[in-house]
Amino acid sequence: MSDSNLQRTALYQLHIDLGAKMVPFAGYEMPVQYPLGVKKEHLHTREAAGLFDVSHMGQIRLQGENIARELEKILPQDVLGLAEGRQRYGLMLNEQGGIRDDLMFANRGDDFLLVVNAACKNDDAAWLREHLPSSIQVELQNDRALLALQGPKARAVLSKLAPTTAAMRFMDTGFISVAGIDCWLSCSGYTGEDGYEISVASADAEKLAKALLAEPEVEAIGLGARDSLRLEAGLCLYGHDMDQSRSPIEAGLLWAIQKCRRPGGEREGGYIGASVIAQQLQDGVAEKRVLLDVEGRAPVREHSAIVNADGERVGEVCSGGFGPSTGGPLAMAYIACSAMEQQTLFAELRGKKIPVAVRSGSFVPQRYYRG
Amino acid sequence: MSNTPSELKYASSHEWARLEEDGTVTVGITHHAQDSLGDVVFVELPEVGAEYGAGEEAAVVESVKAASDIYAPVSGEVVAVNDALEESPETVNEYPYSDGWFFRLKPSDVSELDNLLSNDDYDAQCEG
Repeated sequence: MSDSNLQRTALYQLHIDLGAKMVPFAGYEMPVQYPLGVKKEHLHTREAAGLFDVSHMGQIRLQGENIARELEKILPQDVLGLAEGRQRYGLMLNEQGGIRDDLMFANRGDDFLLVVNAACKNDDAAWLREHLPSSIQVELQNDRALLALQGPKARAVLSKLAPTTAAMRFMDTGFISVAGIDCWLSCSGYTGEDGYEISVASADAEKLAKALLAEPEVEAIGLGARDSLRLEAGLCLYGHDMDQSRSPIEAGLLWAIQKCRRPGGEREGGYIGASVIAQQLQDGVAEKRVLLDVEGRAPVREHSAIVNADGERVGEVCSGGFGPSTGGPLAMAYIACSAMEQQTLFAELRGKKIPVAVRSGSFVPQRYYRG
Repeated sequence: MSNTPSELKYASSHEWARLEEDGTVTVGITHHAQDSLGDVVFVELPEVGAEYGAGEEAAVVESVKAASDIYAPVSGEVVAVNDALEESPETVNEYPYSDGWFFRLKPSDVSELDNLLSNDDYDAQCEG
């Protein structure tokens, strides 16, 4: 076993001191859980506030002229319409309309900040350099850490250390001092809860994390609970629920392509992958990602087959697990659209057929603060 | 100092076996096993009357992380299963050596217990 190639975040020593179990993830040694354990960490985040180290994620700063206009030539999102101090969910597509990565992008006035997946960040930076004019500088900020504070008490906790954060609405951003440390914050996250993502210089990250953990409502939360929290909230994980072979239409992410960029919109098309997206919007797609209610208590896992009443394979689970808040199994799957009209579908599990049903809403309600 | 009970026998695949006064063998998983698995969320138990050879898959335990097979430490016929785990699978984490038992076997050859590890040998394996 060689961990010598694994990178460490600025909070590595803090994780060790807190008793975390460290695992390799996207090229980093990351905490999968702390002594509290995945289930209690999950429930604590839903009830109070959880602190996550997500410093492995890429923070890409764009500086230059006309960034919004140039980004609209590659991304399918409404970038020109994003007001200063606001953030939006975005997608990078390949020429075939497949998803290269998903991201958050923020208009910070003087620059844009893109937060991308850890496993994709170097490729993303290269792709941006390739497709943006040289007048726009693309900087992957490896000297910055990223912390997420999530949960119904996150707002009250952070307001003690940074009073102006109390008024932030979902997807608001700002340069704000937290406990005397210069930070950039967005009101967003990956748990379905109210909360914040906090970008901070690596050198200040441990001080900030300790200040937040000193609040009695806050517990350190590992990647294990991060996964069950996001799955309950119905949020996609890149590399599992979407990848280069899946389009936003198939992935159920059409909502992330604003109407002004779709066919007939005022700034339609003109981004990488646009022709395939237009075609799919016209013709439909063969498979779509859906959430599944699973009968019983047994979790169905990624790659389990979905079959119809005749036993024919009609899909596959892309994310599966157990929801500590729902007290039952959770699953997302890609299923043939033609099979979704049938009444009965099953997940195959150790030779048994477990009844499943497509559900419309997330497993737990999203509780973002919209003011 | 280890808390692995000395009156039990252990399989290297992390099951424990206890010879009861009536000659049956109760099977569960060790403290080390439940700790590695993390929070148990589901246990698939065998059917009463099913027969297994030593080392055969007899049950499945699902944690928040993954599914793991549970093997019969000795061969025999299942005479009882711990139905309470269906409603309270977390008992496996809380009381691995008592209320968190999985199933009870009528052993076909009780001397197979001698092939299993003592608590000291099992602890040594876990540390190694």
